[in-house]
Amino acid sequence: MSKQHITATVNGDPVEFLSEAGATLLDALRDELGLTGSKEGCGSGDCGACSVILDGRLVCSCLVLAAEAEGRRVETIEGMAEGGVLHPLQRKFIEHAALQCGFCTPGLLVAAKALLETNPDPSESETRYWLAGNLCRCTGYDKVIRAVMDAGAELRQARVA
Amino acid sequence: MSQLDFLAPTSAEEAARALAASGAEGRPLSGGTDLLVQLRSGRLKPGLIVDLKKIPGAIGIREEGGGFVIGAATPGAMLGEHPSLGRVWPGVVEAASLIGSTQIQGRASMAGNLCNASPAADSVPALIAARATCVIVGPSGRRTAPANEIAIGPGRTSLQPGEFVLEIHLPPRGRRAADAYLRSIPRTEMDIAVVGAGVSLALDADGVITEARVALGAVGPTVIVAEDAAAGLVGTRADDAAMASLDAAVRAVCRPITDKRGTADFRTKIAGVLARRVAGIAYARAKEQK
Repeated sequence: MSKQHITATVNGDPVEFLSEAGATLLDALRDELGLTGSKEGCGSGDCGACSVILDGRLVCSCLVLAAEAEGRRVETIEGMAEGGVLHPLQRKFIEHAALQCGFCTPGLLVAAKALLETNPDPSESETRYWLAGNLCRCTGYDKVIRAVMDAGAELRQARVA
Repeated sequence: MSQLDFLAPTSAEEAARALAASGAEGRPLSGGTDLLVQLRSGRLKPGLIVDLKKIPGAIGIREEGGGFVIGAATPGAMLGEHPSLGRVWPGVVEAASLIGSTQIQGRASMAGNLCNASPAADSVPALIAARATCVIVGPSGRRTAPANEIAIGPGRTSLQPGEFVLEIHLPPRGRRAADAYLRSIPRTEMDIAVVGAGVSLALDADGVITEARVALGAVGPTVIVAEDAAAGLVGTRADDAAMASLDAAVRAVCRPITDKRGTADFRTKIAGVLARRVAGIAYARAKEQK
């Protein structure tokens, strides 16, 4: 099988790449497009380190074939900061020290962004359930949850102002 | 993986032709949450993957003839978001919603859950309790089969080469009818059922059960339809005596294995308890469905 030619939109930009039929979207992002923010933790959809938003839905990019991205819209961690300005979630993760090694952080940030876009005012319990598919082996989850809740509050405030 | 091909046809017939031509080498893809894991582990080495998601109707839920038609590749999250599906078939929606994380819910489908044929699949007992049927497309056309005829053993289905499930149909629901699903796992979520139970009930105006269906997951190689247990509920108001008989009748038909997730005795005991709880929830819901 020859490689497939895929065109998609990644973080708002049109992209083209060649992909083997068995390659995952995560492989394509990292190896073809050089977007190495999305991480491979488990490769089986358990850890969430490869989380991206595909046509508005949070998914594990390790469980999506690259060929499936044809004509679709992908948002990754690289699209989160605007220019040099960090997204409020990114700032709050730093303020709350919600990371240590950082391997799970891109996935957690993308998942948290999807949460706040779906539900701008989540309860702590809703936040914990939403992020249950993002595993962190360093910090525990309390700082992450606090950072996400705090970012949500700031985003709500910004909307009111 | 050098011989792997990928196709994303825009009609069901085209998909069936491609799958049939590939013989045992072809695999349909909807959400991919099982298929990609199997691909990666090397357990599965297909020569062709046929993505069903570009077939019209493969993703989405439509109301038809008083019931619902759910496209094979409809992700779990869409079931929960639908304005009326969860009101009419709350048990089916809660079963599908239990599967995996937010990320998995963004992709995983009930048709995939059914065709992966895991004995512990969460949505399958609920679909079988609901008397769901499947529209199957194959090289010789379309046929319909009840959901309980798809899996024939762990990882094995009755689908013939080239066949795939295109739609799941949930029948129309009368008044005073409801379903429910519960599973037992040792944690709060993100786990595989040790036992699962789906119950669907219909009541008369006096609250007497007129129809019952009980389906049990993870206590046999495929989902067990507990017919005697269901028959015992009919004519009762799900009172304590009826629930005790349900418990015993459910335990009588369980034939689970012992593994690291639970012993056969434990699973059997839990199946009775779960069936009682699920029947209680379905009964309370049915009374509210005026």
